[in-house]
Amino acid sequence: MADVVVEQGRSVRAASPRKRTSLHNALRRKSTVAFFLTLPLILLIALLVLYPAFYSAHLAMLNKSMQKFVGLSNFTFLFKRDTFWMVVRQSCIFAITAVFFKALLGFIVAHFVHNLPAKGQRKWRGMLLVPWVIPPAMSTLAWLWLFDPSYSAFNYTLSFFGIGPIPWLGDTFWARFSVILVNVWYGAPFFMIMYLAALKSVPDQLYEAAAIDGANWWQRIWYVTLPMMRNIIAITTLFSLIVTFANFDIVRILTSGGPLDSTHIFATWAFQVGIQSSDIPLGACVSLFMVPILAVAAIFILRDVSKRGNEA
Amino acid sequence: MSTLAIDKGGPTRKVKYRSMSRDRTWALRWSYFFLVLFAIFSLTPPIYMLITSLKSSAEISAATNPWWVFHPTLSNYVELLTSNQFLRFFWNSAIVSIVVVMVTMLISIPAAFALARMKFWGSTTLATGVFLTYLIPDSLLFIPLFKMLAVVQDLTGITLLNRWYVLLFIYPTLTVPFCTWIMIGYFASIPKELDEAALIDGASWLQTLTRIFIPVALPGLIAATIFAFTVSWAQFLYPLVFTTSVDQLVLPVGITTTLIKGDVFNWGQIMTGALLGAAPPLIIYAFLMDYYIAGLTAGATKG
Repeated sequence: MADVVVEQGRSVRAASPRKRTSLHNALRRKSTVAFFLTLPLILLIALLVLYPAFYSAHLAMLNKSMQKFVGLSNFTFLFKRDTFWMVVRQSCIFAITAVFFKALLGFIVAHFVHNLPAKGQRKWRGMLLVPWVIPPAMSTLAWLWLFDPSYSAFNYTLSFFGIGPIPWLGDTFWARFSVILVNVWYGAPFFMIMYLAALKSVPDQLYEAAAIDGANWWQRIWYVTLPMMRNIIAITTLFSLIVTFANFDIVRILTSGGPLDSTHIFATWAFQVGIQSSDIPLGACVSLFMVPILAVAAIFILRDVSKRGNEA
Repeated sequence: MSTLAIDKGGPTRKVKYRSMSRDRTWALRWSYFFLVLFAIFSLTPPIYMLITSLKSSAEISAATNPWWVFHPTLSNYVELLTSNQFLRFFWNSAIVSIVVVMVTMLISIPAAFALARMKFWGSTTLATGVFLTYLIPDSLLFIPLFKMLAVVQDLTGITLLNRWYVLLFIYPTLTVPFCTWIMIGYFASIPKELDEAALIDGASWLQTLTRIFIPVALPGLIAATIFAFTVSWAQFLYPLVFTTSVDQLVLPVGITTTLIKGDVFNWGQIMTGALLGAAPPLIIYAFLMDYYIAGLTAGATKG
């Protein structure tokens, strides 16, 4: 027994000088280790995200056969096209309307779920999050079938109420409505989950205090819930604005930009110009117009992130 | 005086109590009413997928009630699950997603560990940079990436365009930044004492990572894995741009391009394919809902 203990002590002492040097080495090499641990990440981001982003700006300044540098003439060419301005307008309408309704619907649904007794919440939350889980390309196909010009199940149902067949994807207004509707359907659950998490973090005492002061439900929402959730609402909206602005799947599958390019947004138009009509520089040019709004949103998000970092 | 006060206090309290409880019941009823409406809205497309997938082509084109299946048949499922083409799509999607998940974890776990625990020159900048990369959408990068692949293909002679394996390099750009970001959050929440104890006991940095951090942050790891899998399974733009041959397509692109022949839509098969394509994420979600939601909320609450 004692032998073992002595042996253990000796081995520890024998090891200690070696250990100290290795500790020293480890300390000295900490930055080296860290460098190697982050190297794959840095390489990935530099080669496949940052480089293409700058390469895109370079491509946008070449002519169609990509042999001559033409400066900004691709941009001036775009500015003269009506389609381009229509795409700009439609992108803004699409993103702002969709995000607004997603946020509104998400907020309302989150409230209703929050009202339920805690036992039933899980079930409802699980059901309402399904649209977010299905890959958008798959669920948009279901919407396409629901909107089908001749077999639309919606029109079948509406005909019982005497509402004539609606050209869901054939008419400019309805096509714009439909892409926004599908986007809201897909994105509202995300807001719901975010708001639900935020609602749960609002302390009950605040509501009790408000109730004692005689606040009605609207005042409780306006003076307690909204200020407490301001941060999460802002960041979720900005996130969603970026994602919606850059949306591709839904518009591509539902309308491919039609009728008459009226539902094209930046991503789908860039795809059509750059890949389908193989004018890569012009396509790159179109997609670059997404950068300003992304940059503005990113600055706001970043400000919030660093603020949180300081608080923590 | 005192009796008056008691008298006054009695009825108001009673009335108020009753009205509050009535408010509560009504609020609950309204909540259920609207939630049922929202649930119908949310579940209509997937349920309609299921309904259509059980119909034969004859029934789909017949003028019957579209919301009901009169002659349920599994022929669409049998046809798709025995077609080599569809199985090929499924196989491509599965292999791409699984490999991408592994690559993502191999890149983002060590990086998140280094960024969360080893303060080195530029580590905060890098962490913010990773987060910013997450904000760069795929629709901004697909054109330069397409051109880059073409250039590399010309230079090296390795076929990259129209090959499914190129997605293995491209998809991590979508998954790694977010996974690294949420893993930084999870790792940072582990008490410092744990890894200090490990270091004092003589563990190397790598041992600290594999023996302490990964087991402790396992829930975060599962959430990140689910996220990476869902994103790679659902990605539509990159495979649409980079692959065109039928045997190289992944599921979302395969279903949208090959099942539509000319102007003929075989809706029974399209819906069956879409449902089968939606099945893996839905199954994962059904079993691991809490991890799924944790990953979803961690991304935004941490950032």
